[in-house]
Amino acid sequence: MNEFLQQVINGLSLGSVYALIALGYTMVYGIVRLINFAHGDIYMIGAFIGFFTTRVLHLSFIPALILSMACASLLGVIIERLAYKPLRHAPRIAILITAIGVSFLIEYSMIWAFSPQPRAYPDLLANYQLQLAGLIITAQQLFILGIAIILMLGLHFLVQKTKSGKAMRAVSYDMDAAALMGINVNSVISFTFAIGSALAGAAGLLVGVYYNRIDPLMGIMPGLKAFVAAVLGGIGIIPGAMVGGIIMGVAESLVSGFLSSTYRDAVAFAILIIILLVKPTGLLGKRSVEKV
Amino acid sequence: MGLLSVPQHRLEKMERQLIWGAFVVLLYLLIIGLKALGIIDQYTTNNLVLAGIYVILGVSLNLINGFTGQFSIGHAGFMSIGAYFGAIATVKFGLPFALALLMGGLVAALAGMLIGLPTLRLRGDYLAIATLGFGEIIRVVFLNWEYVGGARGFSVPRLTNFTWVYVIAVLTVVIIRNWVQSAHGRACIAVREDEVAASAMGINTTLYKVIAFSVGAAFAGIAGALYAHYFFLIAPHSFGFLRSVEVLIIVVLGGLGSISGSVIAAILLTGLSMLLANWPYPRLIIYSLTLIGIMIYRPGGLMGMREIALPISFIKKKGEERQLGAS
Repeated sequence: MNEFLQQVINGLSLGSVYALIALGYTMVYGIVRLINFAHGDIYMIGAFIGFFTTRVLHLSFIPALILSMACASLLGVIIERLAYKPLRHAPRIAILITAIGVSFLIEYSMIWAFSPQPRAYPDLLANYQLQLAGLIITAQQLFILGIAIILMLGLHFLVQKTKSGKAMRAVSYDMDAAALMGINVNSVISFTFAIGSALAGAAGLLVGVYYNRIDPLMGIMPGLKAFVAAVLGGIGIIPGAMVGGIIMGVAESLVSGFLSSTYRDAVAFAILIIILLVKPTGLLGKRSVEKV
Repeated sequence: MGLLSVPQHRLEKMERQLIWGAFVVLLYLLIIGLKALGIIDQYTTNNLVLAGIYVILGVSLNLINGFTGQFSIGHAGFMSIGAYFGAIATVKFGLPFALALLMGGLVAALAGMLIGLPTLRLRGDYLAIATLGFGEIIRVVFLNWEYVGGARGFSVPRLTNFTWVYVIAVLTVVIIRNWVQSAHGRACIAVREDEVAASAMGINTTLYKVIAFSVGAAFAGIAGALYAHYFFLIAPHSFGFLRSVEVLIIVVLGGLGSISGSVIAAILLTGLSMLLANWPYPRLIIYSLTLIGIMIYRPGGLMGMREIALPISFIKKKGEERQLGAS
């Protein structure tokens, strides 16, 4: 039982990172119906920005976090403008292929520039442990969970209470009608990419601190798993991404704790295939029927 | 008079087949000749074999992605199934090589059917992710399967040679080309163009999607078995997402829905990776820029949906007369 709870605790902090990445996927999908394959790589870039700002510029944690988020969101907007915007009215498969291309471009440019070798991340957070009824909780886990929750609350406020959030919701509901109401669809889409990418950048830094190592291909698996999390919760639905991320993180910890860590990656996709078969709209999604 | 009693269009078709047949045989003889003369060395031969394997993979993925309009990015998964089961057939059971190829293809087709039946209800990008996930699951399964060496890999004797690959690549092109032009193939194209309309026309869309998926998987499996018996060692990491994307690039570059496009693109890209063998990362950067560039500037790929025909003809076209006769 203790072992089980311990894995749940480990899973919670991992899951909150997945949730942060999944939020970007779900927001972008909700607005332009695109699986942004490059999202996992933006997360990787966030981790690298964090690495350089702390190693080279010797900044502390919070400025590094802000810089990572800013650079990641800039990258997200640039990608959207250069690669996705020309294809906004193309078939969705074309945009999906482009997204795969962008993802590979970022990964292999980074490998080319910085070698594929993993790098050790600097210790940015105090590393002490809390013992609670036989369970070990590290300060880093609490920190990650805390920052993730703050960012998610911020996002919730942004989407529900501000004018840009209202515009975002309107565009995701009906892009053409929103444009007719005088909403600048292009800037709303850029804004969505900026916010989603900033969250991914933050997740990258947090994971770098947590696992202590980063490499240019680190974004592939978390990116895919976060996508699965977004689908699990119901793609396009913001609370769904949070729920899905937490479930994915916990499921993964339990599998690597009780079965074998080699099955860790398979469990995500098994969940995906099951959810797509049983409830393709996700846990919180509503059914929609295709009309001719 | 005997020749003239055959209708003109049949004659033209026979002529086309004859020219293509001659071209294929001559190309084979040319390569074998150059090999015998020592102009084509072992390194180039390896790449020719690889090009042939990519032709099979590209054409078979084109059947799924290009002709049936389903978006699969897990082709390496089927390839790995064929590679492992083909290798099990020769190494563990001592079966002859031809049977091993058959077994690789059959098991992959079966897997394609098992995966296809539930997942093909999904559309577009969901299907893409499901196939990607399937490819990853297969990889993890082989990674944990000690019977075939797990992560260490599985040593396989070299039984494939250039002739095998060449013959099977040609057969793949011929079979898939004929299939696409048959009633079944047209049903697949109808599914691609408009699934709802196709189903209203009485086409069993699920059936045709599953058939296309299984046939594509079968050829990927055969390609995998050929690959396994050429490169001595197979390991789960040789069949990762990168391999699926390479095949996808071939299909997209050649043109979704063009078999000759896939053949040309497979040869082009293998040549490119041969030239850039010492710069693996710039190669992948070029690949990704190609993918983005094609989608933005030339979404049809090199060939669009067209096929190439050899520009040689012995028979004078009597187009005008035929049109008059028909009216």
